Formats: sequence, C-alpha cells, structure tokens
Amino acid sequence: MTTNVQSDVAYHARQHGRWHWSEFAYWIAVLAVGLAFPSRYLIMTEIVRLALFALSLDLILGYAGIVSLGHAAFFGVGAYCAGLLSAHGLIDEPLLALIVSGVAAMVLGFVTSFLVIRGADLTRLMVTLGIALLLEALAERFSNITGGTDGLQGIDIKPLLGLFEFDMFGRTGFFYALAVLFVLFLLARRIVHSPFGLSLRAIKNNPLRAAAIGIPVNRRLIAIYTVAAFYAGIAGALFTQTTALASLDVFAFDKSADLMLVLVIGGAGYLYGGLIGALVFRMLQEVFQTITPQYWMFWIGLVLVVIVLVGRQRIHAAALFVPNLILKQLAGRKAVVALSDNEAP
Amino acid sequence: MSIALETRNLEKHFGGLRVTRDLSLKIATGARHALIGPNGAGKTTVINQLTGVLNPTSGRILLEGTDITDLPVHKRVLRGLSRTFQINQLYPDLTPLETIGLAVSERLGRGGDWWRRMGTRDDVNAEIADTLGRFRLLDVMNDRTSTLPYGKQRLLEIAVAIAAKPRVLLLDEPAAGVPEGERKDILAAVSALPRDVTVLLIEHDMDLVFSFADRISVLVSGALLVEGPPDEVARDPQVKAVYLGEAA
Repeated sequence: MTTNVQSDVAYHARQHGRWHWSEFAYWIAVLAVGLAFPSRYLIMTEIVRLALFALSLDLILGYAGIVSLGHAAFFGVGAYCAGLLSAHGLIDEPLLALIVSGVAAMVLGFVTSFLVIRGADLTRLMVTLGIALLLEALAERFSNITGGTDGLQGIDIKPLLGLFEFDMFGRTGFFYALAVLFVLFLLARRIVHSPFGLSLRAIKNNPLRAAAIGIPVNRRLIAIYTVAAFYAGIAGALFTQTTALASLDVFAFDKSADLMLVLVIGGAGYLYGGLIGALVFRMLQEVFQTITPQYWMFWIGLVLVVIVLVGRQRIHAAALFVPNLILKQLAGRKAVVALSDNEAP
Repeated sequence: MSIALETRNLEKHFGGLRVTRDLSLKIATGARHALIGPNGAGKTTVINQLTGVLNPTSGRILLEGTDITDLPVHKRVLRGLSRTFQINQLYPDLTPLETIGLAVSERLGRGGDWWRRMGTRDDVNAEIADTLGRFRLLDVMNDRTSTLPYGKQRLLEIAVAIAAKPRVLLLDEPAAGVPEGERKDILAAVSALPRDVTVLLIEHDMDLVFSFADRISVLVSGALLVEGPPDEVARDPQVKAVYLGEAA
C-alpha cells in the first residue's frame, strides 16, 4: 500500500518533466521547415537567434519572476566578444568562440545579479535598463576597440569545426544556430524540471514561504540570472557569427523591449513561449512591413494591446479551435491540444 | 531541563513604537508552549523575529543554545526552526505534491540539484507520500494550490512546516478561519507530532490553548505579563483583567 502511494507520488512528480508528443512534433516540424525553405535561411536564422534570446529571458521572467528591460546587455557582450575574438584572430574555432562569449556574458550576469536581486519589480526594471544603457555608452566611448557607430571591422568567421564554411545563403549558419538552440533548450528543460527549477517557481510564487522552507532565495536568483546571461550571450555571439556584424545596436533598448513583446506573444513560463513568440513576432513584423513599410510598429503595438486585453488564453483557444475539433473527431476528447496555463502575469 | 528556544531581552521598535519590550522567554525542549495575548500584543512580531523575517532592535535569540540572531530565514529553517503563517503563505501555481516535494528536497540538501528531475529520488518520494498521507492531501496532490478549499490549504500550510522536520515548530494561529468541522484534522495533525518536537503555539482560541498547552506565556503590549502552567494562568487576576476587559 505504502509503496503504491510512493510510486504514485514518484510518477506524478515526474509528470511535468516528461516529454509530450506535441514537443516531438514541434521539433520535427522545425527541422522540416528548415529543410523545406532553403531560400529563407537568413530570416529563419534570425528567428532561431531571437528564440534563443527569448528563452534566456523566459528563464528569469517566466520561472524566477525577474523582470528585465536590459537583457540586451548580455546579448551585446556576447556579440562583441565573438566579434573581437574573430577580428583579432584570437580564437578561430567558432564553437569555442561561442562558448567563450557566453561565459563572458555570464560573468557580467553574475556580477550584476547582486544589483538586480535587490528590490522589487520597478527597481529591477530600472537597474537592468540602466546597465544596458551603461554598456551601450561604454561601447560608444571606446570606439577604438568596438568600432563605435561604424561597427566592428574585420570580422571573419572561420569554418565551423574547420569543416563547414559559413556560406552566403546562410545554410551553415542556420543549422549551426538551430543545433545550438536545441542543445541549450534541452539544458533549460532539464533545469526547469529539477528541484532547482521548481524552487525558482516557488520563489516567484511566494518568496516569503520559499525562505520559510529553507530555500536560499538570493542564491537561487543569482544562479538563474547568471545562467540566463550565458544564454543571452550565446544568442549575441550567434548574431555576430552568422552575420559577421557587431555594432552598437546589439545593446539597443528596442532589443530588450522587443524581447518582452516576444514573451508576451508566446507566453512565459513553459519554455516554448519564447520559441513560438519569436516566430510569430518575426512573421508579424514581416507582414506588417509589407503592408505599411513605415508604420509597422503601429500594428505590432496594436497586436500587443489586443493580446494583453483579450488575454492569451482566449486567443490560444480560438486559434486551436479548428485543429481541436478535428482531433476530437479522430481521437476523442483527451487528444485536444492545450497550452500551458502557467503564464506570466 | 534543556532549553529549545530562548530570547534574551528582545526589543523591537518601529519608529517610536516599542512593539516588543524586554522579552525574555525560555521554551523547554519538547514543551507545548502557548503564547497568548490580546489583539495587537505583538505576538506575530515575536514570531517574525524568531524566524528571521524581522531583525530585533536589540536582544538575542538562541536555538538549542546557539545564537541565531543574525542568521537569515532559510538557515534557521535548516537548523530546525520551522513555522506556519497566520495567513496562508503557499504557492498558488504549485500543487501540494510540488510544495511538499520542495520542502523535503531542501531539508535533505537536494534543493539546488539542477541536473536531476523531480521525482527521481526514492527517499524524497517516500517522505512526500508519507506527509501527504498524514495530512490527508493525497487525493488533491495534483491540484493547483489556489483551487483547493480553504481547509485543505490550511492543512497544507501546516504540512509544509512539518515536512521541514523541525525540532522547534512555531504555529501562528493554525486554526484561524477554519470551519469547526475541519478543525479536528488540524488538531490531530499537531498532536500527532513526536513528543521531542518543541511547539510554540500562538492562538486566540482559548479552548484550543488550554487543551493543548502545558505552559502559557501571556504577552501584553509587547511585554511578558505572566508565565506558568495553564491552571495557574487561568486563575491569575492580571490575566483575567486583560481578557475580560479593563472593566473587570
């Protein structure tokens, strides 16, 4: 009897971390799309980078409840680090340079985390925003190193693993970025379904109670902020490596702000929000730019307001209405696709 | 007689307000000690200082002879001091299973594991099953906490505190707001605690206090008024005056 209950508990405790068939379907679809549109590698690479960047923000916002308007700081450090490593020929292997750039952003994340974990949401918004602005100004001031507004000159990305040349169609770049995203996604998935990841959700839900069961709240927040900085740094380095560009706008405020939009569109706190949000955001941007090249931000703004007012739940329900209707006919009620209701406020 | 929890000349000021006045308490190991007092006597402020949510203005706090005054909240918990809150402090989006699982993981020092999935350690699972069973929460273990009826949430609040396997447990009005019918579950859970666990109960309900406590401290305006066994405290004229109103 007792062992029955125990195995029951074990089963349900693992339930969250189990792979759902829709997740397999998602990744297979991503790969299929990648193979199906060889003429669209550049924009697809852009989406993958944005997805990784959004995944980074989701780790701190969706799980630990840390709001940030300056996540571009880490993206920028990763981007410049990868650029400098290449321009000065310090590390020729892109993969190694990528990891080093991620670690550079991670160090910055660790150092600034002590400022960020203090205070409440508004303080955090201002501190993160301030740090990103500081770095942008520094990059401009030391233009002898960063190339200033002209961007960093002389970036020449060597073949990946010495084998795969970064071609002008962006094929190598795309599959490289996708592979990096997938590996880091697996790692993030592991982290959020661990006791550590659960303790982050506990802290987000109720920091007072979290401390009262023995969770070292500050240490956990520092840890996840540092990890998220690593992710953002990798996204930035991918940007430099796949475009051979690094300029001041890697630190720009709109970068951080767009990222928030991506998560608002996709939903925070279930990891796929950033991935789906990046795709939808970039597609919307594309569509609106064709309709009204000058005023596409108007439409993005409108979409944002509608999402927040109508609520993502209802939009998801509406979008999934027809597919679910078909699924219900085919496979019964249990097969309907439901998105996680665990979303950011 | 060994002392589980002790305060020495504890003082807490909020601006010019003295909320705790020169409070020296000694709570014996294994005691069922109650801290009572009228509204605004500063009972919860005392609990918050004991657990580290508030820092005392002056004075020391000792847990089993060790000074813990400067330790942060979570370190006190790991040393065996656990509490429940007067108003439920739970995780609305988490399930009872996850809530208890976290408490057990942290106590066993496995809470920081980031490479291992939840539910993969037998010792943790066994304890979760045991705790949920004892508090009759097994049937709702996969429901979101925010959807549970109040009585169940209250049970969970106490279950979390006990899952930390405290040596000293602070109960801040455990039965507050719980309907008569569900009270017995909570009382049963509290009386089923091992005898060597020291319990400090803060309570308004005098029936509960007198049926539970073997020693009572009466707090008035932040200072200790009387301390003694229940029958002595019940007979005390000062206590009567406080509880029956100034008119008496």
